[in-house]
Amino acid sequence: MVSLPQQRLILILCLLLACAALLSLLTGSTSLPLYAALQQSFSDTQGVYGIILTELRIPRTLVAMLAGASLGLSGAVMQSLLRNPLASPGLVGSASGAALGAVTALYFGLSASFSLALPLGGIGGALLATLTAYLLAGREAGPLTLILAGVAVNAFALALVSLLLNLAPSPYAVQEIALWMLGSLANISRNELWVMLPGTLIGWLLVWRRGHDLDLLTLGEETAGSMGVELEKLRWRLFIAIGLIVGSAISVTGSIGFIGLMIPHILRPLVGHQPSRLLMPSALGGALLLLLADIGVRTIPLDTEIKVGVITSLLGAPFFLWLILKQRRSGR
Amino acid sequence: MSHLIGRGLCFNRQGQSILGQIDVHIEAGEMLGLIGPNGAGKSSLLRLLAGVTTADAGRLTLAGKPLNQLPPKRRAQRIAYLPQLSEIAWPMSVEHLVALGRLPHLDDWQKTSLEDRAIIDRIIEQTDLTAFRNRPYNTLSGGEQARVQLARALVTEADILLADEPVSALDPAHQLDVMALLQTYVQAGHGVIIVLHDLALAAHYCSRLQLLHQGRTLAEGRADEVLTDHHLEAAYGIAINPAEQQPQHAFALPWRRIESKDGDR
Repeated sequence: MVSLPQQRLILILCLLLACAALLSLLTGSTSLPLYAALQQSFSDTQGVYGIILTELRIPRTLVAMLAGASLGLSGAVMQSLLRNPLASPGLVGSASGAALGAVTALYFGLSASFSLALPLGGIGGALLATLTAYLLAGREAGPLTLILAGVAVNAFALALVSLLLNLAPSPYAVQEIALWMLGSLANISRNELWVMLPGTLIGWLLVWRRGHDLDLLTLGEETAGSMGVELEKLRWRLFIAIGLIVGSAISVTGSIGFIGLMIPHILRPLVGHQPSRLLMPSALGGALLLLLADIGVRTIPLDTEIKVGVITSLLGAPFFLWLILKQRRSGR
Repeated sequence: MSHLIGRGLCFNRQGQSILGQIDVHIEAGEMLGLIGPNGAGKSSLLRLLAGVTTADAGRLTLAGKPLNQLPPKRRAQRIAYLPQLSEIAWPMSVEHLVALGRLPHLDDWQKTSLEDRAIIDRIIEQTDLTAFRNRPYNTLSGGEQARVQLARALVTEADILLADEPVSALDPAHQLDVMALLQTYVQAGHGVIIVLHDLALAAHYCSRLQLLHQGRTLAEGRADEVLTDHHLEAAYGIAINPAEQQPQHAFALPWRRIESKDGDR
């Protein structure tokens, strides 16, 4: 594939994202005359269109973009940090930790009495799981040890989620937990947006300006160390960042898989495989993919709404098929 | 003037002593050849000097200041390290990989300047990589990859270059080219410590040799002082073939194997 100049790639992704965002505002069970809706939302007399736009569509669109960007970005960070093209943001436990935290909040009914319990539980769970994986692996761990530690933490967190499902007091609780796990952007309001914003922004800031370090890691941990990368500090920082970013996203949207794995993988050849140039496009690409998937979910004419997490997972399988075919063609 | 000095360096791994009480020093304008049999501790010593591992005992100073007090990035500006084996994670282009060597001089989000680009262009040309500069790294041969790694270490323009077997994978012509290139690098006022297995190249190009054996320095000095029958037998179990017994063609083996006196070496 030809590598595009980075600015042009970013510009193209931005344009596509803007189109998708506009489409997302117009898509839904009620068709929305945009002009009227805008007029209403800026005037004092709130009409139904204005309310749909400002209370439902805009938050849903923004959350989809934020969560997608977070997943794409953290996937790119994780793959570069572990020097492994198959690493995903959930690999070190962030996604399953978030699921465990959120499910715990649902299970004990905390979310009914305190609306922030679920997202906060998710963020807390994600941070706890990533840090456990980091500490389990030890300070001077190689990428393989880190991945193993992540696998252990993932398995344990998912086992606990299963245990909670198993012990759930009522079928309703089981259904609530199971549906949450599928991942959905329906019923998003402005509250969810405010909940996910701080963790997301802090996480993004922690990743900010780590591009050179990730580039140097291309040469291997040891050579990068000889070139001034403080690996231990870098890992701490990025693990916390990923815990915050993924935790914030997952706890609002539920489990949404494969974006963090697919997007960096697809975009990497377009940026000449350079880790630092992959970060921004991956964030934009992740936002675009989740937004498109969510528009898709809203357009499919079914009585039961398909969950967006199901769509992204459905995309995941053919993606792996494509990967296998590509590997076979290149003869490795 | 910056010189790197190690005194009494010890390094253990899993309870085994890899290096015991090694002294080493390098100054600007000299090329020190580290030689010795496999497992003598050459690479471990280089890794200590590069700051990627820490010594269990001993002192390391750069221009009189303890090396571990230097921030990692400042150290990276002054000491460049070229490891023996290095897996490149992504198939980046040759040019982008070589450019990574300038990063220790740049701030976190700074892009390479025109000055940086000029250095990168010059080194790419000197390492005979011009034809490959836009090729992905994974499509190159082993020797070409080794030259990319060398170029990456050279563009840092560090005071001291630590190179672990930079010529092992190269063909004879490129071996000579690289050694000559390192010699001009030294003449430009840098210091080089190079691990070599080819004793002829070491004798010819290095200003000083240090022979390691079982984690200790067996001999140090000029080539004729170090590469004696006695030292070669003790370290490698080989002896130099006397000139009068050499067959009359250019490809005569300069040394022969001596049957090891059981467990002696």
